Amino acid sequence: MELTAFTIKQAHQGLKNKEFSSVELTRAYLDQIKKTDKDLNAFLSVFEDSAISEAELADERIKSGEFAELTGIPCAVKDAILVKDKKCTAGSKILENYIAPYDATVIKKLKEQGGVILGKTNLDEFAMGGSGENSAFGATKNPYDKTRVAGGSSSGSAVVVASNEACYALGSDTGGSIRLPSSFCGDVGLKPTYGSVSRYGLIAFGSSLDQIGPIAKTVEDAKIIFNAISEKDEKDATSADYKFEDSATNLKGLKIGVPKEYFVKGIDKEVEKIIRNAIKKAEEQGAKIVEISLPSVEFALACYYIIATSEASANLSRFDGIKYGLSVDGKDLLDVYLKSKSKGFGDEVKRRIMIGTYALSSGYYDAYYKKALEVRQFIKQDFSKAFEKVDLIFSPVSPTPAFKLGDKTEDPLSMYLMDIYTVSLNLAGLPGLSLPAGKIGNLPVGLQIIGNHFEENKILGVAEQLEKML
Amino acid sequence: MISKQEVEHIAKLARLELSENEIKKMQKDLSKILDYFDLLKKAPKIAKEKIIQADNKHLRKDEAKHSQLSDKIIGLAPDKKDGLIKVKTIL
Repeated sequence: MELTAFTIKQAHQGLKNKEFSSVELTRAYLDQIKKTDKDLNAFLSVFEDSAISEAELADERIKSGEFAELTGIPCAVKDAILVKDKKCTAGSKILENYIAPYDATVIKKLKEQGGVILGKTNLDEFAMGGSGENSAFGATKNPYDKTRVAGGSSSGSAVVVASNEACYALGSDTGGSIRLPSSFCGDVGLKPTYGSVSRYGLIAFGSSLDQIGPIAKTVEDAKIIFNAISEKDEKDATSADYKFEDSATNLKGLKIGVPKEYFVKGIDKEVEKIIRNAIKKAEEQGAKIVEISLPSVEFALACYYIIATSEASANLSRFDGIKYGLSVDGKDLLDVYLKSKSKGFGDEVKRRIMIGTYALSSGYYDAYYKKALEVRQFIKQDFSKAFEKVDLIFSPVSPTPAFKLGDKTEDPLSMYLMDIYTVSLNLAGLPGLSLPAGKIGNLPVGLQIIGNHFEENKILGVAEQLEKML
Repeated sequence: MISKQEVEHIAKLARLELSENEIKKMQKDLSKILDYFDLLKKAPKIAKEKIIQADNKHLRKDEAKHSQLSDKIIGLAPDKKDGLIKVKTIL
């Protein structure tokens, strides 16, 4: 077996048994990146030298016998998460030459474990998009069909895992940005409960929605990563007093809710078949399938796009040509702001800043932003009522498999509609996982497993059991 | 359709400078998206007190600490002088 095909667990065993060193493992990935990434465009930067030094340090630790599961395992990081002294572009021209002054908390944790960081991965600009095509540095291609999108916004992170260019990756999810590309690329992607992983050092898009999480080859690997990065952090005021604890969850006797509103219109027939099959498999293992109703989901997408763009319009105002990043000279201060932003931001980012500014502007605030806050409350109530009756909820991740590059770029609303099943979780702060559940032709399709707050253990337990059957 | 003047007004609030072409495209895209948002008018009303307010009980004390980062952060500014960020005249 090729070194790059190993899961975290397998690579950890190999390192432990001295079958190979972390330096050898790291070199294998660097070679693979050279071979395949030119076509895929998944990496925005590769850190050959520092990755090898990190691997050498990891090998020292391994020799000493005291080492963790992620020690010496090469990973990739979405380019919206700060890695000290490395470029962090957020997929935008405005930060093309920005060097991160410190490590994000999740990176600090990986480094403490002796992790090896291979490089930073491509994304939709400022994590705004569902296809990866909004990156200022070109779209990432789907490894299963290079004429198709990888899904977004963590497009590069999903692709490096699927194409053996890294053992695992970190992504971030504001409205589906871990789950959607994981579904399109056949990876396991976990969007954790809001507050379970520190956001310190993640470039902000929608602060009440953003969450960092793992993208991996297997459920077991996702669990290892989540365990390593989740914990309360005093540098993130919204981080919760929580530490993941694994627990055995069995499908037998478990109640699984299937929202009837998710299978009505717009869903691809083949996707529906694959999701129904996964539900059937769970039932065969003794799970009780319960039809539930989430009447609020009809409003989730509109609610999400008002809240996310409103928060984005505030968060992105810091990129003004004064404090960091691109600066275009102008006749006065206002002129510098106008010219820097207009040159540095791409079309989708400008569009979202405009929508958010509109929703927050005098005269429209009540009808849009305030109304959306109300609806968000309605969505939260809907899910908490559902979780009084069921342990987990099953749904598709996306209504279709990966679509053709360029198919939706001219029609922003049609792109937004791809997020119809994912955004509610971010609005309600709930955890969700994309599990590969089957393929349409060559294209992977993910099952979304949704849990109650801080019940990642249930999601992961059930996913691990189902993984073997799908 | 949202008017050209409205787009220009919002752009001004957002500190964005849009070209004529961008304004035209923005009129079209924003109208379509805002029409979609009208869906929320159908959503049930929720009692005022139920709308969640920011949760401030987990905030740490606001104390000054040395982060050792100030030089690095000031260093990232495109224009600076004597450890301060320099900006154009405002008036």
